[in-house]
Amino acid sequence: MIESSSNEPSLIRVEDLTVAFGEEKVVENLSFSVRSGQTLAIVGESGSGKSVTSLSILRLADMSGARYLSGRVLFQTAAGERDLLTLSQQDMRSIRGKEIAMIFQEPMTSLNPVFTVGDQIAEVLQLHEGMSRKDALAEGVKLLKMVRLADAESIIGRYPHQLSGGMRQRVMIAMALACRPKLLIADEPTTALDVTIQAQILAILRDLKDSLDMAIIFITHDMGVVAEMADDVVVMRKGHKVEEQPVDAIFHDPQHLYTQTLLSAVPKLGAMNGEDFPKRLPVAVYDEAGARTEGEVRVQNTANYGVAPLVRVEDLVVRFNVKKNFLGRPTHRVHAVEEISLDIYPGETLALVGESGSGKSTIGRTIQQLQESQAGNITFNGKRFSDMGKGERRALRKKIQYIFQDPYASLDPRKTVGFSIAEPIRTHGILHDEGLIATRVSELLERVGLSASHARRYPHEFSGGQRQRICIARALASDPELIIADEALSALDVSVQAQIINLFMDLQEERGLSYLFISHDMAVVEQISHRVAVLYLGQIVEFGSRRQVFENPTHSYTRNLLAAVPIADPQKRVMLAIDDTEIPSPIRAVGNEPEHLRHKEIAPGHLVAE
Amino acid sequence: MAGFIVKRLLQAIFATLVVTLLVSYAIRMTGDPALMLTQGAGSITEADLVRIREALGVNQPFFVQYFGFLRDMVTFDFGRSFLGGTSVAVLIGGALPSTLVLAFWSMLISIAFSIPLGITAAVHKNKALDQVIRVISLVGLSFPNFWLAIMLVLVFSITWNILPPSGMSGWLSYIMPAVTMGVILMAVNVRLVRTTMLETLSSQYIMVARAKGLSETKVLYKHALRNCAIPLITYMGLQFGGLLGGIVVIERVFNWPGMGTLAFDAVGARDYPVLQASIMVLSLLIIIVNLLVDIIYGLVDPRIRTE
Repeated sequence: MIESSSNEPSLIRVEDLTVAFGEEKVVENLSFSVRSGQTLAIVGESGSGKSVTSLSILRLADMSGARYLSGRVLFQTAAGERDLLTLSQQDMRSIRGKEIAMIFQEPMTSLNPVFTVGDQIAEVLQLHEGMSRKDALAEGVKLLKMVRLADAESIIGRYPHQLSGGMRQRVMIAMALACRPKLLIADEPTTALDVTIQAQILAILRDLKDSLDMAIIFITHDMGVVAEMADDVVVMRKGHKVEEQPVDAIFHDPQHLYTQTLLSAVPKLGAMNGEDFPKRLPVAVYDEAGARTEGEVRVQNTANYGVAPLVRVEDLVVRFNVKKNFLGRPTHRVHAVEEISLDIYPGETLALVGESGSGKSTIGRTIQQLQESQAGNITFNGKRFSDMGKGERRALRKKIQYIFQDPYASLDPRKTVGFSIAEPIRTHGILHDEGLIATRVSELLERVGLSASHARRYPHEFSGGQRQRICIARALASDPELIIADEALSALDVSVQAQIINLFMDLQEERGLSYLFISHDMAVVEQISHRVAVLYLGQIVEFGSRRQVFENPTHSYTRNLLAAVPIADPQKRVMLAIDDTEIPSPIRAVGNEPEHLRHKEIAPGHLVAE
Repeated sequence: MAGFIVKRLLQAIFATLVVTLLVSYAIRMTGDPALMLTQGAGSITEADLVRIREALGVNQPFFVQYFGFLRDMVTFDFGRSFLGGTSVAVLIGGALPSTLVLAFWSMLISIAFSIPLGITAAVHKNKALDQVIRVISLVGLSFPNFWLAIMLVLVFSITWNILPPSGMSGWLSYIMPAVTMGVILMAVNVRLVRTTMLETLSSQYIMVARAKGLSETKVLYKHALRNCAIPLITYMGLQFGGLLGGIVVIERVFNWPGMGTLAFDAVGARDYPVLQASIMVLSLLIIIVNLLVDIIYGLVDPRIRTE
């Protein structure tokens, strides 16, 4: 079907699009348009239909059984305007990769592991441009240079597993841009990346959009990224568009209550300036009943520094052997943790921040005895791990609980939620009477904001946020003194995240809990923690109170980390000079020991690596 | 890689030792070969039996016999059959190729059918075509191999008389034994291909391949199939042992002059040298195939190569 060409300058116009899987409509009556050289951000939380929208434009949603109940997707192809919804899959194939390209969220899994980077890039050029393999590979090298990969000639012959996440995402971008598409769809392209790497990728996308005069549809849940990237913004919720505005207006004059709620839920870096203590903030809620705020403001002055620390970590070293020689002797090691010392006081939230390979999770895992250390001491309540017997160490697991990032993966799908929560009670023999156990499970569920009747249900019946609440209830079941929260908020939508932060704070106030809060999200850390340790390649580069680290960041790495965080305000958009350095690998040859950092105390309690 | 192969070879030698030790010991519990040899030979005295045992060397303690066998193996001296004194090396040299050819065609038939069928089933998951293929596979799985062999003989040799019912004479005689083994292997492999394919198809790189504008054929047979290869190759390597086991039965039914027939007859005759040598050759064969599988891994998957 050839549409009569009008004067409409839009490159792509989506009109009244409704997409259904089975009987369920996941996108309803959606309309928007994008012009060349513009970036449209589609923002929404999980289940908003934003990804389905992008897959529908490319007609890739067909493969998962999508049906298009209404609407048109008008795209200016090389041969004139076409309604993509009416094209055959065969016709779509000449548009995909050539005129519309797409990059995806997970750089670790979006490249085929068994083909070289070069083969995967060359494939597109051979297909759409009719190039020979040799010419396509030569063009591939140019493309890799375009996404600022140093050493492109060597990377072209490598396999995906030999590259870091940031490098893989650059390869993905190079591959997507190989045929100079007119439209690039980017579906959460930086969500899985470290914040400094995210800043690099965003800058590359911005530059290439201008130099290639592309349009970008940028799908994200991250308001900070929206502020950095977008010209126009579409806000989606449950398959509907709730608001569409230019980016400045979205942030400074949001019309819809949902947009307002979403924006107020985003933790803002620097919002806590001048505060000595973490602060519990009211949560904005938007549901069928409308928009409102729940909860009160409360200063979280719970840390007790007047007593002995609950946990003391001294000169901890954790290394893993990764390569062995012919005789089975290790030749290379991951230096995950290198002489780390820190204390966690009762009622305190100590945050560990850092990027991939910084060793932050390894510290948590070692304290929880999931990981052996090579040197150093860990003391709990004044007693060293090394002085404890087997039974004592086992009993310690009752006092220290772990909450993982992925609430989907950390609950047994075949057991009821009640069973999972009761498991630590039974394992540690805290209660024996079944009736008492059931009562305790009900109390715990109610404490985390669920209801007692939920105990009989299975994990798949809950949302992500509810599952994380269940994991918290399970962690509380053995009445612990320390909870290690390892990226526990990272998989959650911002509105849910805000509620869980408050739950963490309320429980701390109530029970005097200590938290070891492991996170890469600086804004959340700023709100929740009493003290912060910034980690880089297994060592602490800066350590101090929340206020010291965030208001007077002194080490250059801490500053970089803070500067790379996207700010949810388009008027504060700063074009960072792009630093193309990768985070170095913590893997070292045996014998090549890292130098241990010395720290200088620049203010009481504020340590900075020299 | 070299270190890896050396390690595997050492494991292989150990495994062969264990297998031959067990087999040699087990067959000696079935009874006296001298009695078997003199069956129906009229009046045999106890002195005759002692002489025969001495001649065969089976009067010595078990470990002396076993180490003798090992010592001979090192010099590639396979000994002579108790039955008629033919060189065991000649017997095995005659039987091994017949078995290998049969195994090759069975594998080929199984792969040639199971991969396209498995992929088709995965692509049409839970639709009619998938159901049909799964039922065919289930039927194939449910056939005992000897029954299928007999049915084929009934139909193609006796009723229609188009294929020779037994023996190894010309390419026509290969069809029924190879198809029998092939169909049963295929039935298992179809399910395996379907499952691994479904998992691979849900990977993001498949979505990426489609977003590049590649045809479905390229997406399936280039991007997906190669990623399915690892579990398939592993399984087919393991299957090879079962295949050889199955061939013993099939060779009996079709009177096929292979290793199965050789070993089977040696058990009946308590022909220790032939049995020990054939078992050793068969177990070496399985070990070599699995070693090859490990090497192929590296060729197929670059992630294993760099380890």
